[in-house]
Amino acid sequence: MTAYLLRRIGTSIIVLIGISIFIFLLLHAIYPTPARDVLGLRANNVQVAAWNKENGFDDPVIVQYLRYMRGLLHGNLGYSYSENQSVNSLFAERVARSAYLSGISLLLAIVIALPLGIFQAVKRNTLGDNIATSLAFILYSMPVFFLGIILIQVFAISFPIFNFEASQSTNVFVVIGDWHSMFLPVLTLTLLTIANFSRYMRSSSIDVLAQDYIKVARAKGLPERLVRSRHLVRNASLPMITLIGLFLPALLAGNLIIETLFNFQGLGLLFYNSLGKADYPVLLAYTLIGAVFVVIGNLAADFALTVADPRIRLA
Amino acid sequence: MAVGSASPPPLDVTRAPEGGEVLAIQSGWRLALREFASNRLAVVGVGILLFFVVFCFFGPLFYHANLLQTDLINSHDPPGAGHPLGTDANGFDVLGQLMKGGQAALEIGFFAAFVAITIGALVGAVAGLAGGLVDSTLMRITDVFLSIPFLFIVLILAVRYGATVLSLSLVFGAFSWQVPARLVRAEVLTIRERDFVAAARTAGSGSWRLIGRHLLPNALGVMIVNVTFQVADAILAVSYVGFLGFGLHYPNLDWGDMISDGVGYMQDGYWWLIYPVGICIVLTVMALNFIGDALRDSLDVRLRRR
Repeated sequence: MTAYLLRRIGTSIIVLIGISIFIFLLLHAIYPTPARDVLGLRANNVQVAAWNKENGFDDPVIVQYLRYMRGLLHGNLGYSYSENQSVNSLFAERVARSAYLSGISLLLAIVIALPLGIFQAVKRNTLGDNIATSLAFILYSMPVFFLGIILIQVFAISFPIFNFEASQSTNVFVVIGDWHSMFLPVLTLTLLTIANFSRYMRSSSIDVLAQDYIKVARAKGLPERLVRSRHLVRNASLPMITLIGLFLPALLAGNLIIETLFNFQGLGLLFYNSLGKADYPVLLAYTLIGAVFVVIGNLAADFALTVADPRIRLA
Repeated sequence: MAVGSASPPPLDVTRAPEGGEVLAIQSGWRLALREFASNRLAVVGVGILLFFVVFCFFGPLFYHANLLQTDLINSHDPPGAGHPLGTDANGFDVLGQLMKGGQAALEIGFFAAFVAITIGALVGAVAGLAGGLVDSTLMRITDVFLSIPFLFIVLILAVRYGATVLSLSLVFGAFSWQVPARLVRAEVLTIRERDFVAAARTAGSGSWRLIGRHLLPNALGVMIVNVTFQVADAILAVSYVGFLGFGLHYPNLDWGDMISDGVGYMQDGYWWLIYPVGICIVLTVMALNFIGDALRDSLDVRLRRR
């Protein structure tokens, strides 16, 4: 097991280095130097060249990359010249709010999708299962903003129950407490996540029910209730761990769309605003953070699976 | 029977021989096709997809709509005479816009899927066949690309290099090839152990010939299933990019663009700007998902038949 874990960590480190190289090369190709942003549009080429030389932007690519890596390892994500702020401080302002939105949606989705998938497998092909499967199918064929629009229309415009705009507070605790405004964004992201999870939960639960050990448990005379709680739930939950790891990129993307739709001042909305201003340092720093998050998330999911599933440990 | 006849007795086809059911269909592909056609959802999916293709590409031949000249007197008309789905803020007809947007969506969808499957199949086949260091390197590169959140990188490139049907298709394809690469590699790893591959090698097949003539054709099932889902994902991606405002610009348009224009008028109740487009997106993607699921199930049948 330790050999497996060490190998996984090694692979992850290689992938992280690869990601940093890719992001850096992209940044270098798209936005080689911030000279024009700093000096202004009227700067002539001589001034730009002098600024570049002074600030190290005409060094060989390798040197620039190593400098970039050193910055990253010290936690420095770059500097946004249009916002006149370091990227770190821009992110720090908003990370709590975005983490709350994504975190609460993921948590609610897991709490709902797990029992839902098991229910669908147990009551397979009944009306309840068919309704749930069809609903899930429609939901993940839908772009998430359309789901958000429908929810806004129903719950905020036609029947004004909730607010169509997310909480504008800068204090994350106020945001957490503001259910009236946060209900719809969280609901949208949660439904999207559930729709994606329930497919796999359902098929994994069906697979588990077909296993021999379930037959043995039933043959021994174990009540169905205990069969489910002792065997089905535990075994069917294992793929959920991998699913969470695989779903992280989609969670980030969903975050972006939902924050834009509901005007929620989080990292996603920052990304959207930066797109409009073509603020590449912010954009690429966020992409890098997202990629690192995905790699670490998958690594954590693999570790968790190794702990939870003895079959992998002994393999 | 004639006396002295040397022919064997006629085969009794009315009774199955001991040992089980006789399969009438010999070819694996025919079996898969029959399985596919018996799946009602799949047939519905194909029907919906064909409808959209005809609607978007042949519709404009019969239904002429004003999509270029602003007509502010007729802006924001609800569905009615002359405009079955109403008009938008510029006086453009919504139904005509649906057709035009659909063209962009389908074109980008299929082209992006084509790019993705081409790159993915090549990478997967080379990695699967070569093994060793080449395989590890290619798989690590695949991991790197898989970790980068798709929507972010696509948006950055769309902002930098502009959004046209060609550029969006290439960008989508360039960041969607990883999953087909993994799938094709897994298939190739299984297939290359087969006897016919060894025979081909002995006969002197070079690696590229092996890939092109033996490995990829046998991985075709997996590739086709994946292509279908790739098209669905690409159409969704176009709608996301368009919704955020970085999709195709005037005089072109896409469905996401239409929705983002319509969202501003939700409070005013101009439902025709939003829901018809949304329903079109959902139906198209759903149809492709139906087809993909059915193809995957019928592929299982074919594998069972082998």
